[in-house]
Amino acid sequence: MAKTYKSVPGTLFDVTNYILLSVCALTAILPFIFVISGSFATDAELTKRTVFLIPETFSLAAYKFIFSTDTIIKAIGVSMFVTVFGTIVNLFFTVTMAYPLARRALKGRNTVLNLVIFSMLFGGGMIPTYLVIRELHLLDNYGALILPGAISAFNLIIVKNFFQEIPAEIEESAKIDGCNDMGILWKIVLPLSMPVLATFTLFYAVGHWNDFFSALLYINTPEKWPLQVLLRQIVLLSQAAAGDLSAMDATYVQPPDQSIKMAVIVVGTIPILLVYPFLQKHFAKGVMLGSVKG
Amino acid sequence: MKPISAPSMKQPSRNFRPSVLATLKRDRWLYLLLLPGALYFLVFKYVPMWGVLLAFKNYQPYTGFWNSEWVGLEHFKLFFANPEFFMLLRNTLLLSLYNLVFFFPAPIVIALLLNEVRLAFFKRTVQTLIYVPHFISMVIVASMTYVFLTTQGGPVNALLFKYTGTTIEFLATTEWFRPIIIIQSIWKECGWGTIIFLAALSGVDVEQYEAAKIDGANRWRQIWHITLPAIRSTIIILLILRMGNVLENGFEQIYLLLNPLNREVAEVFDTYVYFMGITQGAFSYSTAVGLFKSVIGVILVLGTNSLAKRFGQSGLY
Repeated sequence: MAKTYKSVPGTLFDVTNYILLSVCALTAILPFIFVISGSFATDAELTKRTVFLIPETFSLAAYKFIFSTDTIIKAIGVSMFVTVFGTIVNLFFTVTMAYPLARRALKGRNTVLNLVIFSMLFGGGMIPTYLVIRELHLLDNYGALILPGAISAFNLIIVKNFFQEIPAEIEESAKIDGCNDMGILWKIVLPLSMPVLATFTLFYAVGHWNDFFSALLYINTPEKWPLQVLLRQIVLLSQAAAGDLSAMDATYVQPPDQSIKMAVIVVGTIPILLVYPFLQKHFAKGVMLGSVKG
Repeated sequence: MKPISAPSMKQPSRNFRPSVLATLKRDRWLYLLLLPGALYFLVFKYVPMWGVLLAFKNYQPYTGFWNSEWVGLEHFKLFFANPEFFMLLRNTLLLSLYNLVFFFPAPIVIALLLNEVRLAFFKRTVQTLIYVPHFISMVIVASMTYVFLTTQGGPVNALLFKYTGTTIEFLATTEWFRPIIIIQSIWKECGWGTIIFLAALSGVDVEQYEAAKIDGANRWRQIWHITLPAIRSTIIILLILRMGNVLENGFEQIYLLLNPLNREVAEVFDTYVYFMGITQGAFSYSTAVGLFKSVIGVILVLGTNSLAKRFGQSGLY
């Protein structure tokens, strides 16, 4: 931290470095800004000026168009439902399993840990998993978007490592005061683990919001699609929301295809951009706590 | 060394060891807590592992798993004899190779650059911005790729047309598929990838830099002799992990850009398993393909890991 460089080559190095990093940061963020501004532009402007940051005439036509039917609103509802319930399930399963595994004295702990690690190395693969889901009658059921990913083995191990770092003396004294293991977890371990839990809550939630794969595999009915699958349908396959958008109100002038697609992208991204500042505060710290000390 | 002394060594501790029943009773709450997670791994991880036996059977939905007839290695023979096998292997390996060459070093370079920044505010701002794409779904990334590259009003092609008079069908030709995938990966994940290297770098002793400076080392030499060695073991561990995933190219990313026009270079094992299994219903055949892929993957992880150990690095296990 306290390093100081005052030489001329050092300054040249710094200037180059700052420029390179600024370019990296802009590259990461500019596509979003282009898409957002494009979604507010008119057809004429999009064909005239290809890339711009501020549209000349601010137009909400694309948004009016995509919200003229409830297809997207329904899909957003599905995604929100799966995100909220899925994250609760994730947290419950991860915490309840990580806590016993963090107790070194527990018999059979190493066997279970090894089995978890083995499952990270080798898996049955797409088809056997699909057949299990089918046997459980979870096809076309939102359970299929939640249960198969209830625990990420990787996250489990990080949370376990974090629990392990909590001094055993605190737990011992709680035990002497008459607390059982459930009580220790609830009253001592969980409150002490808030940063790490906040991180994983957000990771799991983002994972559910962004999940495309499970819905592609397990949800066959278009009306039950979460947002990501619908997004792909609209932007990549260009079948305007399974036919629904074509049945829109005739009073809307057909806006440009391109701006509709941009608007749809914005709708799919907004929730992440909204939670990101909150997320950002936590994750680096939380992840480091768990993994580095491992 | 010899077992003669072993019983006498074990004897005293055995007297203090509580019986199995007593431990079960003492830790009953812990075992109860373990139950949901254990069930999860059993049902969704270990039952499918048994399911790979389908690769050696001829699975028919109406006969079910247990009653399907055994066919031995027939599906594997069929797969290896299929000319598509080489296309899949080539596509998979080339994508992994390009990722290794272009994508893998990117976070390391950016972490090194960030590590040289003294202005805390600037560093924090850059980090905040380069992490953002990591949180965006692959569908959004593919959608943005499409919106930017399409010939129907995409800005890239509009600019190309303005200056060269021609357009390029980026998404429907074979030449552009791999570059697009690599650029997507770099854009989405390379900022996030810096976290682990920055963590490793935060542990470097500042006095080493002072000493190097007194010895006359300039910034480049300091990076070369102090900073890089500090993250060497992290680089090797990540390299091992990557080796194990050589046959995994990320289903979503490929699937979203895959179309009949670029299939020749785009189809990989994962997407092939999906199309053969889920959309065509050839469960046993595609299970065999998937099994082939995961077995090679395990061999690669264990192999590179022991190789890393032989070269004096700590390795993963």
